[in-house]
Amino acid sequence: MSEGLDAWQLIASGDATLISIVRLSLTVTLAAVAVAAVVGLPLGALLALTRFPGRSTLVVLVNGFMGLPPVVVGLTVYLLLSRSGPLGEFGLLFTPAAMVIAQALLVVPIIAALTRQTIEDLWREYRDELTAMGVGPTGRVATLLWDSRFSLITALLAGFGRAAGEVGAVMIVGGNIEGFTRTMTTTIALETSKGDLPLAMGLGAILIGLILAINAAAWGLRLWSEQRVA
Amino acid sequence: MMRAALTDLPLILDRVSLSAGATTMLDRLDLAITPGAPTLVLGPNGAGKTSLLRVCMGLAAPSAGTVSWGGRTDRGLGRRAMLLQKPVMLRRSVAANVAYGLAQAGCPRHRRAARTEELLDRVGLLGLAARPARRLSGGEQQRVALARALAREPEILLLDEPTASLDPAATRHVEEIILMASQSGTKIVMASHDLGQVRRLAGDVVFLVRGRLCEHASVGDFFDRPSSAEAAAFIHGELVL
Ligand SMILES: Nc1ncnc2c1ncn2[C@@H]1O[C@H](COP(=O)(O)OP(=O)(O)OP(=O)(O)O)[C@@H](O)[C@H]1O
Ligand SMILES: [Mg+2]
Repeated sequence: MSEGLDAWQLIASGDATLISIVRLSLTVTLAAVAVAAVVGLPLGALLALTRFPGRSTLVVLVNGFMGLPPVVVGLTVYLLLSRSGPLGEFGLLFTPAAMVIAQALLVVPIIAALTRQTIEDLWREYRDELTAMGVGPTGRVATLLWDSRFSLITALLAGFGRAAGEVGAVMIVGGNIEGFTRTMTTTIALETSKGDLPLAMGLGAILIGLILAINAAAWGLRLWSEQRVA
Repeated sequence: MMRAALTDLPLILDRVSLSAGATTMLDRLDLAITPGAPTLVLGPNGAGKTSLLRVCMGLAAPSAGTVSWGGRTDRGLGRRAMLLQKPVMLRRSVAANVAYGLAQAGCPRHRRAARTEELLDRVGLLGLAARPARRLSGGEQQRVALARALAREPEILLLDEPTASLDPAATRHVEEIILMASQSGTKIVMASHDLGQVRRLAGDVVFLVRGRLCEHASVGDFFDRPSSAEAAAFIHGELVL
């Protein structure tokens, strides 16, 4: 793994540029997952618990959007945020905020679709019992979300993985500006095109390591709490 | 409270049918459940006992006919509780399951812990309070569900084979709890396969066959003078088994 040495040396020496890149990547992705969770969890629960005309279409749409191409999402957000676009006046294009919006759009369908499936299955199981206890709509959503929290953490992790690994959307709406919107994935793409393969490889290893570390932490949390309440 | 003034009794089924697709679970049932000693619901497997209790609870809307509780026909929350044939434990501790039922029944927060303990003690599960509810045995889960149903302090308590997976000692214990509830004014409606239990508990017997009300009689009349051949065969079959 000598190709990765450069990046590891940079990390070990606490290289400021590298650390700021890693920090920005994590901040953008975590913020995007947080926003997507706030939208996706209730949306998924709503889709699971309500019946309305067009629901099936919406379910298929949300499921299908799990596979949205990041570049297309990036392009769409670009058009919305660009100076002449409908949201141009906020001046968000080429800022971390734009990257958060684009990644959140990528992650919402994943969280919403997995939440819908989870909540729907659990509701089938809980329905009679909760109805017999007189649980109203709000209590129903809260209870189902809480009791499926372990599966929902997996949904959040899937969303996190998707956002952390994508390059197309952040590249387009962030612009890969050094020291401002440059993330691990955009750096990897840039360094690869410049021919600095060792640095790209090293960053790739760091990225995978971070994703694994977060998943391991979530898994540990799950084991620990299942032990207590399952 | 406003609700305390309302009563769910009598519970009246008027030409009630329940069907799903081509299956008829209940077929034009007329039945009145009135205050008094427990009403036991009997019948072979698939006769419609669970379906009848679900309709009585308001969990299922009849496909035809009407159900009324104290004259009201809205299925909304009344003073009823039900112990399902296969109770579902929430993914929480035993105590949290009971506390959840208490919260839903409007028990104020500061009294829940004490009431939870009281109810768990009543069903003999105090020692398991902190355990994850879904890891209990079937019989233990059934008793948690009974505690959770009692938490509602119901006026009508519907029990779907509450002792089907209990050992003899636990069965006796649960029967005592049921009798106590009955004596303190709760109307018990209970499905059972155990004829000994029916003799011990019942005031009257509702006997179902293939979704139809075959017989509704006092417990004495049902066993001594069954008016239908089906009931006679059912009692006889059970006795010779
Ligand atoms: N959701 C459903 N869809 C179709 N048929 C059903 C449904 N639920 C129950 N049934 C059928 O309706 C009939 C009555 O079922 P029910 O559960 O009320 O019987 P039961 O008397 O409680 O039987 P057991 O003694 O086995 O508990 C059965 O033949 C069953 O297969
Ligand atoms: Mg049944």
